[in-house]
Amino acid sequence: MAVADTPAEAGAPKAAIFNDPKVRGAVIQIVLIGLIVFLIWGMVSNAATNLARQGIASGFGFLNVTAGFGINISPFVDYAETSSYGRVYFVGLQNTLIISIAGIFLATVIGFVVGVARLSNNWVISKLAYVYVEVMRNVPLLLWIFIWYFSVLRLLPDKANPMNLGPLGLLNIAGYYAPKPIWGEGAIWIGAALIVAIVASLVLSSWAKRRQLATGEQFPVFWTAVGMIVVLPLIAYFASGMPLSFEMPTASRFGPRGGMRVYPEFLGLLVALSTYTASYIAEIVRAGILAISHGQTEASHALGLRSGPTLRLVVIPQAMRVIIPPMTNQYLNLTKNSSLAVAIAYPDLVSVFAGTTLNQTGQAVEVLLMTMLTYLALSLITSLFMNWFNAKMALVER
Amino acid sequence: MSQSNTPRTSFVRTEMVGAEPAPASEVGVVGWMRHHLFSSIPNTILTIFAIYLVWVIVPPLLDFALFSAVWSGENREACTTLVQGGVQLDGWAGACWPYIGDYISQFIYGRYPFDQIWRVNLVFFLFVVGLVPILIPSVPYKRENAIYLFGAFPVLAFILLSGGNIDLNGFLLPDSVMAPGFAKFIVDFLILTAVFCLIGYGVARGTDSPPMPMMRGIAMGFAILLVVILLFGADFGLETVETEQWGGLLVTLVIAVTGITASLPIGIVLALGRRSQMPAVRLFSVIFIEFWRGVPLITVLFMSSVMLPLFLPEGVTFDKLLRALIGVALFSAAYMAEVVRGGIQALPKGQYEGAMALGLSYWQMMQFIILPQALKLVIPGIVNSFIALFKDTTLVLIIGLFDFLGMIQSSYSDSTWASPVQSLTGYLFAALVYWLFCFSMSRYSLFMEKRLDTSRR
Repeated sequence: MAVADTPAEAGAPKAAIFNDPKVRGAVIQIVLIGLIVFLIWGMVSNAATNLARQGIASGFGFLNVTAGFGINISPFVDYAETSSYGRVYFVGLQNTLIISIAGIFLATVIGFVVGVARLSNNWVISKLAYVYVEVMRNVPLLLWIFIWYFSVLRLLPDKANPMNLGPLGLLNIAGYYAPKPIWGEGAIWIGAALIVAIVASLVLSSWAKRRQLATGEQFPVFWTAVGMIVVLPLIAYFASGMPLSFEMPTASRFGPRGGMRVYPEFLGLLVALSTYTASYIAEIVRAGILAISHGQTEASHALGLRSGPTLRLVVIPQAMRVIIPPMTNQYLNLTKNSSLAVAIAYPDLVSVFAGTTLNQTGQAVEVLLMTMLTYLALSLITSLFMNWFNAKMALVER
Repeated sequence: MSQSNTPRTSFVRTEMVGAEPAPASEVGVVGWMRHHLFSSIPNTILTIFAIYLVWVIVPPLLDFALFSAVWSGENREACTTLVQGGVQLDGWAGACWPYIGDYISQFIYGRYPFDQIWRVNLVFFLFVVGLVPILIPSVPYKRENAIYLFGAFPVLAFILLSGGNIDLNGFLLPDSVMAPGFAKFIVDFLILTAVFCLIGYGVARGTDSPPMPMMRGIAMGFAILLVVILLFGADFGLETVETEQWGGLLVTLVIAVTGITASLPIGIVLALGRRSQMPAVRLFSVIFIEFWRGVPLITVLFMSSVMLPLFLPEGVTFDKLLRALIGVALFSAAYMAEVVRGGIQALPKGQYEGAMALGLSYWQMMQFIILPQALKLVIPGIVNSFIALFKDTTLVLIIGLFDFLGMIQSSYSDSTWASPVQSLTGYLFAALVYWLFCFSMSRYSLFMEKRLDTSRR
């Protein structure tokens, strides 16, 4: 009786309003938001008083002011000392993008080669790859940049006596001088032929795939595509009267003349960034291939596929699913690490914008905000692209 | 017919023949080489290429570092050729080790006053004493060890390194109410304690729990804090050493160890926040984590060295090292949060449900069930982020702090040892030191990974 009575008499158990998870959650969140708002307000008001005291006008007006300093490397954006700080930003962004894209490409190539080499049956090759990985990734990147830029590249011959690389140009302490392509009249046809060849190859590959699905007959897509991509531009080259020529750099007492100069800052940074990141990519590739069980290879052999097609059609497509997400991280890391350019004065975004521009204008808040948001945006774009690529490669489950 | 039933044979073997030894070409060194080096023509070409690569790289490196290296000398004369004004023959190139020997104390201690170096050594010793037993899984008293390493050691290290004796002038009341001084500090501190105790009392009453334990806890925390601050303020007769004088490996280790110690609690809170049910908390955590992970460390360091002073009220200044530490701690906290989140997510759902079924509150569940398991799972991840942080400390030289690499870089400006081989020698030495640190840490991380990997076999 008493047992039955108790709940009815007591009604709902007396719960403090504070014990209600919903109320508590709301209170905690309000307190958190209040704290953040208070913190930001405090920082902003402090910054305002401090800036006013130092006589620095805030705002983005400085972007139109003449920069007045020179930047030696700017392949695509026109820049002169009379250009504005806004243009400096684009020069920096351009150089960051160039070094990142070149670095990602090179790091991927080296990383795949080393990663596959680590799994090789060949003892010397696999041990060599192991030593490469352990040496590269256990020394800080900044030290690698210093070693390449201040020590190794300084061993190159001086300006007057460059190393002759034959048709590849000249190499000396002041940089690498590549042959410079001179596009003559009608050179556009070569580009057009190249595009036509690429489009035709894509069409061919999808046709061959459909035909194979329908009839089982294979078509040598790869070699046909290579043939088209090589031959068509060549035909266009000769048909339009050989409009493309190369200007070879020539050595002189005051350094090489002509050609396309690649600065040592770029070379040092590129080599350091790509060899360092490649050691991480190699480990990712190795882990990805190891993640595919040996049964897959055996089954593929049992079906009569040789080791080439087995690797290409069975192992790699599955390994890619494991490889892509961490690889994205490495690409992002490389992009962010390219900011170490500031240490050797390669004019990337951090070096010319967050460095020189900040020091000259004193607009610390605006400049750093722009720089950080740029990197955030780059990260976001890269990860969006890689997510799309990953979704394409992912196993389609039915 | 009968003949077929009883075959007449002159000899029937009664025992099995022993196995023949494998052909000489299949066993031993020769067989191993045939299988691992020369199994096919492409493989043979690869082997020859690899051996050629080793031949190109290793002998010159060994020659530079050991055989042609100079091991004793007084100044640059020992490490320069005749043309450059030294004693070596023309065309000589080798490492200049006496230069490293001359500078080694600067590389380790920076510009720390020479007669005070015992303090740094003592800190290194205290650190190793705390660190080694906590790294070896079989050593008991992990709890006490952790309290020493994360509680007592930082206080000791701060007092020893900086000399302590900081001015306690109070922080709360305006100067017009009470003159700045030690008395004002005590009054301020008591007011703060009282305020927090009151808040604790209110919260305890609000949650229907007895107020005493809550208030006792708060009072205890503040008492410990007061003791620590008083220790910082006490005069132990140690000479004050400004952080500008710190340098070399000391700064590298201070930044890396402080960074990782500070980032662990922040990272845990952020990881929990990212998994929280409350949208505002989750959003804040996600934005915080992704922001710091999306920007390069160097911009964070620029921010902490240039922007942070702007955000502080007038009159408050942090020194350069502290600003860099704040930047590094926030940056690595974001990475740590992701590491910890990985551990939390790896736990099966049954652990949460079991804890909830026992009637544990959220914090009890985290403290007793989830975090102990999750943190143990992510020890290798934590070590890996420590390695990353250790390598990243080199970036502070860009904002003008002299860490290990910064000291090596700055030693090049001294003309006593100026020679063409100086920079390569210095970098070789730096690379060796960083490599030893990072490689041994990564081995330790692998060892822990194997030890913790109980699920596989």
